[in-house]
Amino acid sequence: MPIVLKCHKGLGPTVTGIALVAQDNFSARYDLDRLKGTFSRPAHKLYGQSYVDRILVLQTAKGGVASAWMLREMTARGLAPKAIVFDRTNTILAQGAAFAELAMVDRFEAGDPTTLIRTGDELRIEPAVGLVTILNRD
Amino acid sequence: MRLTEDEKALLAGEAGPARQWAIRHQMAVGAFFDAPDLVPVGQAHIMADTESLGEAGVAWLEGLAALPERERRVRVPTITDPRGLDLASYKRLRQTDAMAAIEARAIAAFEALGVLMTNTCINYQTVLPPVRGEHLAMGDTGVVIYSNSVQGARSNFEGGPSALAAGLTGRTPRYGYHLDAHRAGTRHFEVRQRPRDLADWGALGGIVGKVANSYWEVPVVSGLDSWAEGPPNSDELKHFGAALASFGSVALFHMPGVTPEAPTLGHAFAGQAVPQAVSIGPSDFEAFYAGYAAAGDKVDVVVFAAPQLSLIEMQQVAGLIDGRRIHGGTTLIVTTSPEIKFAADRMGLTARIEAAGGIVAAGVCFYQSYAREMAEANGWQRLLTNSAKLVNIIAGYGYKPTLASMEACIDSAVAGRIV
Repeated sequence: MPIVLKCHKGLGPTVTGIALVAQDNFSARYDLDRLKGTFSRPAHKLYGQSYVDRILVLQTAKGGVASAWMLREMTARGLAPKAIVFDRTNTILAQGAAFAELAMVDRFEAGDPTTLIRTGDELRIEPAVGLVTILNRD
Repeated sequence: MRLTEDEKALLAGEAGPARQWAIRHQMAVGAFFDAPDLVPVGQAHIMADTESLGEAGVAWLEGLAALPERERRVRVPTITDPRGLDLASYKRLRQTDAMAAIEARAIAAFEALGVLMTNTCINYQTVLPPVRGEHLAMGDTGVVIYSNSVQGARSNFEGGPSALAAGLTGRTPRYGYHLDAHRAGTRHFEVRQRPRDLADWGALGGIVGKVANSYWEVPVVSGLDSWAEGPPNSDELKHFGAALASFGSVALFHMPGVTPEAPTLGHAFAGQAVPQAVSIGPSDFEAFYAGYAAAGDKVDVVVFAAPQLSLIEMQQVAGLIDGRRIHGGTTLIVTTSPEIKFAADRMGLTARIEAAGGIVAAGVCFYQSYAREMAEANGWQRLLTNSAKLVNIIAGYGYKPTLASMEACIDSAVAGRIV
């Protein structure tokens, strides 16, 4: 049986993809090279890694109002994550996901998703019902 | 979510597709945050520089701008955060004509929507200061934290699309800092060393922000109402709040005896038990500066920005730079709002800064201005500033930032090295 994690109802479509997990935070403006599709802030735990088409699993969203526009621009250029899973997001990333029609969920019943999900896990994100399924583990 | 009859009409498309998009967006965001309804707002403030808008964002705005006038005009005063470049000074910073062209398209689209191009992140000092209890839809984290904390107004961090949606509907979803339940203090910090200057106030914001580290935490910072120097002024709270929001994603703080919702420590925690304080002293400040220290390094660019400078800060920079000459290998940039720039021009402050070799740019705030491309075009790496917010942001754009006082920044700009 795959592992099913319950969370708050989220935003965007149902998607399936591979997880990229870090016990760190997220800002599109501060952390990313959006032209290359990689984490570019040296202090970030995912520094140098590509986020393109991954399901990012991170703790919280950090300052920077610009991320609300940037998710749509990143999606339009095909250099976006497939979904973002937070322990708890801030308002900007939620607004940005709504604008970009990008899948986003947070507030898990079982606690911080960065401790529940591992990099490389295959995930199904169902924002409309508030479920994340780890497909490759029992 | 409960909707009024007017809101139902917007949702049905009776006021056109722009307002229909806006209320749909607000309902999606409101549902995500369990908002019970929408609340009327007094102002909206849009962060929409072209670097973050991109071609996709500008084309989307142009689509709205092409609608009939009655369908596209904002319903409440709607103003803008700094732009991607200053059309008067971009060539000196080696920004490109292509950047200027997309900027001009965005400006034309916003003007067609009835948005006032204030291009400022210090609107709370210069445009229409928020008042206590006023509901707002403010973009720019520094604007939100100042409006909420120092002025007692009520806003969440509103990204550009959401702030524009608020302008179009005159409302915003009622969640987060619109609600009393979220405004009580959650963490307690006690400051044992009064910050000496603006860089110190920013450092304090950074120290608190790193610990608080969540949009949903409300730090209470005590010990700042009992110094001989008196309470902090608007510029000091501006730097403190901007850094706190940047490092911690924080949208509201209380300073007992200073900010309006916290006449006492007890009020700051809404009558609940006061948590044990995290103590902040000289060693915390030293460690904060040490994280960015680079004494003796060549300095490529000295930046006064983030937030834009008040008229008083402009006067301080001019006073420190008078009669001196910026080193040939160093660029010094000062950013301010268009209104303050006019005032600085009129009062001779701009001329004094530029006579020393500095560049005064209006309506921009450096980091929102294609910072990576500017670094590459100008060969910049080491950046010196008195803005803690800027040192937090700018490393992500390939810079090596150092934090120092305004005096040390200018001494270093003259020497060409960090002194």
